[in-house]
Amino acid sequence: MAILSTLVFAVAAGWAISSSPGWPRVRSSFFDLPTVAESFPAILAGLWLNIRVLVVAEVLILVLGLGIAALRTLRGPVWFPVRALATGYVDLFRGLPLIICLYLVGFGLPGLRLTGVPNDPVVLGGIALVLVYAAYVAEVFRAGIESVHPSQRAAARSIGLTHAQTMRIVVLPQAVRRVLPPLLNDFVALQKDCGLISVLGAVDAVRAAQIAAAKDFNFTPYVVAGLLFVVLAVPCARLADAAARRLARREGAA
Amino acid sequence: MPARTKLTVTAVAILGCLLAAACAPAAQNNIQPPLPAGSPIPGQGNCTPAKLPTLKANTFTFGTDEPVYEPWFVKDDPTSGNGFESAVAYAIAAKIGYQHGQVAWSRVSFNAAIQPGPKKFDADLNEFSITADRRKAADFSAPYYDVTQAVITVKSYPAASAHSVAGLRGVKIGAQVGSTSYDAVQNVIKPSQQVAVYNSNDDAKQALANGQIQALVVDLPTAFEITGASEVPNSVIVGQLQTTSGQSEQFGAVLDKNSPLTSCVSAAVNVLRSDGTLAKLALDWLNTQANAPMLH
Repeated sequence: MAILSTLVFAVAAGWAISSSPGWPRVRSSFFDLPTVAESFPAILAGLWLNIRVLVVAEVLILVLGLGIAALRTLRGPVWFPVRALATGYVDLFRGLPLIICLYLVGFGLPGLRLTGVPNDPVVLGGIALVLVYAAYVAEVFRAGIESVHPSQRAAARSIGLTHAQTMRIVVLPQAVRRVLPPLLNDFVALQKDCGLISVLGAVDAVRAAQIAAAKDFNFTPYVVAGLLFVVLAVPCARLADAAARRLARREGAA
Repeated sequence: MPARTKLTVTAVAILGCLLAAACAPAAQNNIQPPLPAGSPIPGQGNCTPAKLPTLKANTFTFGTDEPVYEPWFVKDDPTSGNGFESAVAYAIAAKIGYQHGQVAWSRVSFNAAIQPGPKKFDADLNEFSITADRRKAADFSAPYYDVTQAVITVKSYPAASAHSVAGLRGVKIGAQVGSTSYDAVQNVIKPSQQVAVYNSNDDAKQALANGQIQALVVDLPTAFEITGASEVPNSVIVGQLQTTSGQSEQFGAVLDKNSPLTSCVSAAVNVLRSDGTLAKLALDWLNTQANAPMLH
């Protein structure tokens, strides 16, 4: 029944689109097979850059994000300056639009002409991505850490564990498990935002598509790039589902 | 099949039809008969403000990007008539018979200018180079300017001493996305390093000033503007690039595919070329005196 109704709906929608007066032009502008073949190798080469940036940036983001979250959850008046600094970092980089951060880091840093400052747009773009995304991820981790009931912390301290040991052995394992779905969500968002480093001159999948699109005044390369990103995101979505299910089982059993 | 599911099928089918009806084509009363064959004469017959099926009746709407740059437009103001393309636009409109006040401008990004849907302009002037592939998606007017691409760098960079295309091959080169400058880098210089591609020439100029790229390829009038006005400090022109085909690259106005206006606009451009107006406007607004060596 579900299949039949889906089919009827799909046929009706398909007919509505393909009988519209602009369809022949939309088809040749967005779904042109020769253009697909022509632009595919360059877009794929661009996507490989996206994937490399994604992997390196994600590792750095997780480390930095976890560090900031740990600093933000320090207790006691002694740690106020550290907490304030970590809070300030999160406020700044979560509020700063990524594209502006990219411009400031990507064109501002090398403009200083200091020795040792990288000049590669990929490295500079990666730095900007890490700065912004670490702020988001830090908040996700903090939510996880604070979701662990204070009684567990108190119990851990009462059997003689230090603060660091309590965090490492008791709090973080539970916190990280709980925030795995939102972390994967941020990961998928990062997958797509990696392409923004192209404003600094790097040629990623979207930029490769843009170059091909401008050459022939044809938008098909964008569709190709878009579908490749979807293909990239699907495994992550299934992984997030699986993680959520596993978490539900564990929490239910506990 | 139970009655309930039958009902569902009917409901889905009705919904589908409703959806189709909602997306059904609008009344097609806006399609104008095409102009008769043969080149029209601007200001006569169907090539007059009263007869042309423009976006807004009795007004010719030109499109261009935002921001726009010198020497094509002055101070990002296309309505001033200052700058080469602004002047050409008003000259085209005047040739057809539009008064100065009957010319409107709409700001259109590159992608909005070339997308297949309804356009916000009658003709778009924004240094669009005419190519056969692009003609499949849009109409071009007759060419109003022959352009060459030029390489610029900073005096202290190694590229400043290059005297040939081969001398630029190992240099880190930048270009604006969507530009034929980018094509020229790939096809003429064939650099050994990945070309850095920027959203705008502003970004590319910053990268050149920073040393993130060692050379930048832009069209020759823009090259004169960047070096002459010191938009990049100490920048110099290395030289011009020859096209691979041997045919010169030409700018044309972009119009909607199969636009009924194309033949009339083209006719106006052709008249402006043969009566010397285009050459005079180029002399007024583009630096045609200074010389840049041809790179081989």
